[in-house]
Amino acid sequence: MIAQENAAPVSTAATGEEYNFAYLDEQTKRMVRRAVLKAVAIPGYQVPFAGREMPMPYGWGTGGIQLSASILGPDDVFKVIDQGADDTTNAVSIRKFFERVADVETTERTSEATVIQTRHRIPEEPLTEEQIMVYQVPIPEPLRWMEARETETRKMHALEEYGVMHVKLYEDIARHGRIATNYMYPVMVNGRYVMSPSPIPKFDNPKLDRSPALHLLGAGREKRIYAVPPYTDVKSLDFEDHPFEVETWDECCGLCGSETSYLDEVILDDAGGRMFVCSDTDYCSRRRESGHLGPMAAREDLDELKGDRPAQEGGHNG
Amino acid sequence: MPEFAYENISPGLQHPVLDSQRIFRAVLLTMSRPGTVTVLGNWPAPPSPLKPAAASVCLALADLDTPLWLESTIHSDIQTYLRFHCGCPLTQKQEDASFAVVMDGNDLPDLKKFEAGTEEYPDRSATVIIQVRELNVGRGVTLTGPGIKDSTKLTVDGLDSGFWHEFKKNSERFPLGYDVILASDTEIASLPRTVRVEV
Repeated sequence: MIAQENAAPVSTAATGEEYNFAYLDEQTKRMVRRAVLKAVAIPGYQVPFAGREMPMPYGWGTGGIQLSASILGPDDVFKVIDQGADDTTNAVSIRKFFERVADVETTERTSEATVIQTRHRIPEEPLTEEQIMVYQVPIPEPLRWMEARETETRKMHALEEYGVMHVKLYEDIARHGRIATNYMYPVMVNGRYVMSPSPIPKFDNPKLDRSPALHLLGAGREKRIYAVPPYTDVKSLDFEDHPFEVETWDECCGLCGSETSYLDEVILDDAGGRMFVCSDTDYCSRRRESGHLGPMAAREDLDELKGDRPAQEGGHNG
Repeated sequence: MPEFAYENISPGLQHPVLDSQRIFRAVLLTMSRPGTVTVLGNWPAPPSPLKPAAASVCLALADLDTPLWLESTIHSDIQTYLRFHCGCPLTQKQEDASFAVVMDGNDLPDLKKFEAGTEEYPDRSATVIIQVRELNVGRGVTLTGPGIKDSTKLTVDGLDSGFWHEFKKNSERFPLGYDVILASDTEIASLPRTVRVEV
């Protein structure tokens, strides 16, 4: 390959960029790809990898971006969400980055995407066998809050020594009367490894269980890659007398009226006005397109939330 | 520089960047959905008895960081081919190998000797590519485990019948174990260590 690797693919050359296809060099991609394959073979186990510096700071999704760069090809359709939204700064930046360095087609529609990079949510629309989810993980080690030393947590995983994890959940119950962990809620994967499902709300945990899609998780600062293959058991840890429960809301989405999606609270004024809207913007706008309207859908002062942004240049990011 | 030596090496991937990506995605597909058989297109032309499918996997994934095991009796053309295109060190010690290519599924080495990782680092294990005659879905050995919806069946023609017994022992020591990629001339199917086999 020595000689041939210098030949940049046409698609990248055409954009006038001096980068290799999908930004990373080929040796880095091979290293990430090998880590991904081992992660898939050992569901829930964190594979160390030689994470590279990316052209953005840690915390912006460098782990997810290295995964996406290593798996994306010219045939893929790429979607990026940050909290369920496609139009937030981080999501827009990452989408533009891959449009530029991988010349990949992008979409905001969950059903059209083959690779979905995400920060906090799993889309409401059920995933399919054709899709790969890529998560940007800040802290991959679920035991880190109880044990600071990597040498120890590694041993705990090796020995399946997870008692401390249940102690933490129990302390929640002792203090708050319920399990108060709402995101990064620990799960048991394939009956063997306790895994942190990245900062998704526990609302999304059940979507991981026997999901038809492949889920890849990447932590850039901590340099770990792990995976949940399709149709793999993912069980949220709980107790017989305090079974796992997801969040519920008394309200429905103010815009589309959904009673089953994950809702964000939006403060409307400083006189106590507020509303709840779907966190998944694609799901919400699709429902509105097909005629579902919530109690506040007609209010014109909420156009910004509905994604009906003003046409002029230099618009906001919502 | 001995120019003649390079002239005798058959070509590798036509478009290394995009071909590697495509081959990797095919391997990822089969590894995350065990029992799925996938065609790899756009062939390299490796020296016989190395087949295009197994060669593609090596060209896409092996490099200077991954010692590759070959039987000691293997023709030097193949050694030169892999050394030149992948830049990978070749080894004859099974325990040193990150990747291994078994040229004939009917003539298996002692698979137990391949690295299975350690309790703390089960990822430091070998990926064994085994060349077989034919792969077919729908009949044969029943496979279950992560990546498989209920169960699936895979027939492998040209694979020593003792393999399945050996692989069963491999998956029993999860999370330790090696992972297997079965390769016919043009197709691959993968058996990660999580696969449970019923013969």
